[in-house]
Amino acid sequence: MTAPTRSWVLRGVRVLDGPPSDLCFADGVVSAEAGAGASVLDADGLIALPGLVDLHTHLREPGREDAETVASGTQAAALGGYTAVHAMANTDPVADTAGVVEQVWHLGQLAGHCDVHPVGAVTVGLAGKQLAELGAMADSVARVRVFSDDGHCVDDAVLMRRALEYVRAFDGVIAQHAQEPRLTEGAQMNEGPVSARLGLTGWPAAAEEAVIARDCLLAAHLGSRLHVCHVSTAGSVEILRWAKARGVRVTAEVTPHHLLLTDSLACTYDPVFKVNPPLRTSADVEALRGGLADGTLDAVATDHAPHALEDKETEWAAAAFGMLGLQTALSVVVSTMVSTGRLDWAGVADRMSRRPARIGRVRGQGSSLAVGSPANVVLVDPAARWTVDPAALASRSRNTPFAGMELPAAVVATFLRGRPTVLDGKLA
Amino acid sequence: MRHLLSAADLSRDDALLVLDTAEELARVADRPIKKLPTLRGRTVVNLFYEDSTRTRLSFEVAAKRLSADVITFSAKGSSVSKGESLKDTALTLEAMGADGVVVRHSASGAPHRLAGWISGAIVNAGDGTHEHPTQALLDAFTMRRRLGRLEGLRVAIVGDILHSRVARSNVLLLATLGADVTVVAPPTLLPVGVDAWPCSTSYDLDAVLPKSDVVMMLRVQRERMAAAYFPSAREYSRRYGLDGPRMASLPEDAIVMHPGPMNRGMEIAAEVADSVRSTIVEQVANGVSVRMAVLYLLLGGDA
Repeated sequence: MTAPTRSWVLRGVRVLDGPPSDLCFADGVVSAEAGAGASVLDADGLIALPGLVDLHTHLREPGREDAETVASGTQAAALGGYTAVHAMANTDPVADTAGVVEQVWHLGQLAGHCDVHPVGAVTVGLAGKQLAELGAMADSVARVRVFSDDGHCVDDAVLMRRALEYVRAFDGVIAQHAQEPRLTEGAQMNEGPVSARLGLTGWPAAAEEAVIARDCLLAAHLGSRLHVCHVSTAGSVEILRWAKARGVRVTAEVTPHHLLLTDSLACTYDPVFKVNPPLRTSADVEALRGGLADGTLDAVATDHAPHALEDKETEWAAAAFGMLGLQTALSVVVSTMVSTGRLDWAGVADRMSRRPARIGRVRGQGSSLAVGSPANVVLVDPAARWTVDPAALASRSRNTPFAGMELPAAVVATFLRGRPTVLDGKLA
Repeated sequence: MRHLLSAADLSRDDALLVLDTAEELARVADRPIKKLPTLRGRTVVNLFYEDSTRTRLSFEVAAKRLSADVITFSAKGSSVSKGESLKDTALTLEAMGADGVVVRHSASGAPHRLAGWISGAIVNAGDGTHEHPTQALLDAFTMRRRLGRLEGLRVAIVGDILHSRVARSNVLLLATLGADVTVVAPPTLLPVGVDAWPCSTSYDLDAVLPKSDVVMMLRVQRERMAAAYFPSAREYSRRYGLDGPRMASLPEDAIVMHPGPMNRGMEIAAEVADSVRSTIVEQVANGVSVRMAVLYLLLGGDA
C-alpha cells in the first residue's frame, strides 16, 4: 500500500499566471492551510498547473513490453508532468474486451506513477468490421469512456455512425484516427515537394481532411460526441472551425511534434521522424498553432509511441510509425505556444489538463486547484532550459525526434492526489 | 565527396570531373588489356537487394577493371532472406573492411542509412523511387559524347516520372550542368510537388518533341494500369509512346535514350529503339566508364 499521504506547502508558487502565494495540500486535496508537520517545498519562481492529462498514449503493454511497459511509460508521464494518461487500445491482445482494459487499469494502479485510463477499441481486433463490446468496457472497473481504433481509421461510414450513436448510452466518445485508407496505401510521408524529391510515397492532406469532414457531418446529424486524434493539417483545422461554429459536438487534439516539426526532416531518411499522421509543412504548423490558440483544437495529446530500436534502425519504409512524447510535451508547448505569446499558463492548463480531462470524462483531473479539489499538480520551472538526451528518458525506447534539441521549461515536481510522484525533477 | 547518394551531392565541377575522368578511362576499354592497377587492394562490395543484371554487371566490370577486389552480395540466398536487417548486414560489411559499398535497394533512402553505419564510401546504385545518380552521370556522358555539350541542351524525360529514380537523378544533374529539362507524363505520373523541381513539365509529348535535342524514354510498368494511373497500355502508348512518326518530328540531330530495360511497343517502338538516333547500347558501354570514374574518385585518393 502507499505510504500515508503527507501534507505539503508549495511556498511562493504562482498558480497559473497568478501572483506568488502558498499552495497547500492535505489528505490529497488542495487545502486552505497546511497542517502541522507539512513538508515545505520552496517554489519561488515556479508555476503550478493542474496535473497534465494525456488523451493519447501508447504504453505497449500487453504485447510489446520490450518497447514500453505501463510502469516505464507512466514514469515518463509523471516526469513530463502528467497525472493521468489514456492508454491506447492497439496492444497485443487488443484492448477490445473488459478483461484487457481492466488488466491495463490495474497495472496503472500498481505502478502508481499516474492514473491510467484505458482506451477501448471501437472494433474487434481493430479490424474495422464488428463493434467491440463497448458497453462491457464502459461498465468495467476501468470505466472506459474513450474508444478508438487508433492506428486504424474507422473508415466504414456505417460502422462509424453506429459507434458514434452507441457510446451515447454511457457518455462515451469515439476518438477517430482520420486516415482514408485507399488514399494512403503505402504512404510514408506528407505528400508535397519533399516527398516528390525523396521518392517516398505521399500522404495527401486530403486523406485526413475528408474523414474529418465526413465524421463532423455524421456527428452533427446524430448529435453525438466526436473526438479527432492528432490533427495535422491546416485544412483539418479549417473544417473543425467550421463544424464548431455550427455547434457540432466535436473536439480535437494536436501533438507536440506537429506543433514544432516539419516534413523537411525526412530528408535525412532517419525514421525517428516517421510518424502517423506524418509531419507536415510549416504552413500546417502555423495553422495548428493558431487552432490551438483559439481553441479550435481543444487539447495537446502526445501520441507517445515508443518503438524498439530494431523497429526504427531500418530503412525508412520498413520502420514503424511513431515518436516518444511524454517527457517533452510541456516543453514543446512552452516553446511553440507560450514563448511565442499565443497561450498564457492558464491556456496551457486548459489545453493540457482541463479540456482533455473533460473530453475523457476523467474524474478528479483537470481541476482548478481551488480549495477542496484533488491535489493533482505539476510544478514547472519556466526559466529552465534543458537539452533532450534520449538515453536519459524514462521510456524503455529512445525514439524521440527532439534529441539534442534545447527546450524551455522543466518539470520540477508532480503530485498525484497530494503524493509526489516526481520531486526535484526525478521520480519520487 | 565521401559518398554518392544523390545527384544533388555533385557540384558542377564535381560532375564535370566525373565525366572528364570517365572520358579518360573509356580509352582503357579500347586497349587489349582493359585493366588498371588503381584500386588494387581495395575492396568493393556490390550489395544488391533488387535484381538488376545491367547495373550490377556494370559496377562489377568497373571495379574489376580498376583491380579492386569485388564481392557481389545478392539479397537472394543470403542472410537477408533469413530476415537479417540492413543494419546488421552493414555491420558485417564494416567488420570485413569494405572500402566501398555499391548498393541497390527497393527502399528510398537505404543508401543514406548505410552511410550512417559504414565508414566506407557508399554509392547509390538505385534506391526505390528516389535516385540513381550513376545512371544520370552515364546519361550526361552519353549526351555530351553524342552532341558535344550539355549547357543549354534541351532534354525531354518522358514516362513514369512519379516512380522513376532515373528521372529524379537526371533532373538534378542536368540542371546542375546547365541543360534545359522538361519532364513529360500524364498528370497521374508526375509527383505532387514536381513544380519545385529545376525543370519544366508538360502533358503533351507532341508539343515537346520538336524542341528537344534529347528525348529520354522511361520504362512504364504495365501494372500501373491496375492502380488507375492510365486507362490502358494502348492509350498510354498512343499518347506518350515514341514511335516512328513521332521520332520524325525531332530535330535532325536529336538522340533517343532509354535507361533499360525497355518495353518495346509500349513506351518505345522497336524501329525507334533500333534506329541510328538511339543511344541505348552506348549507354550500357558508357555506364562502365562512368562507374569506373566514380569508384576511382571516391576510393582512389587515399590508397
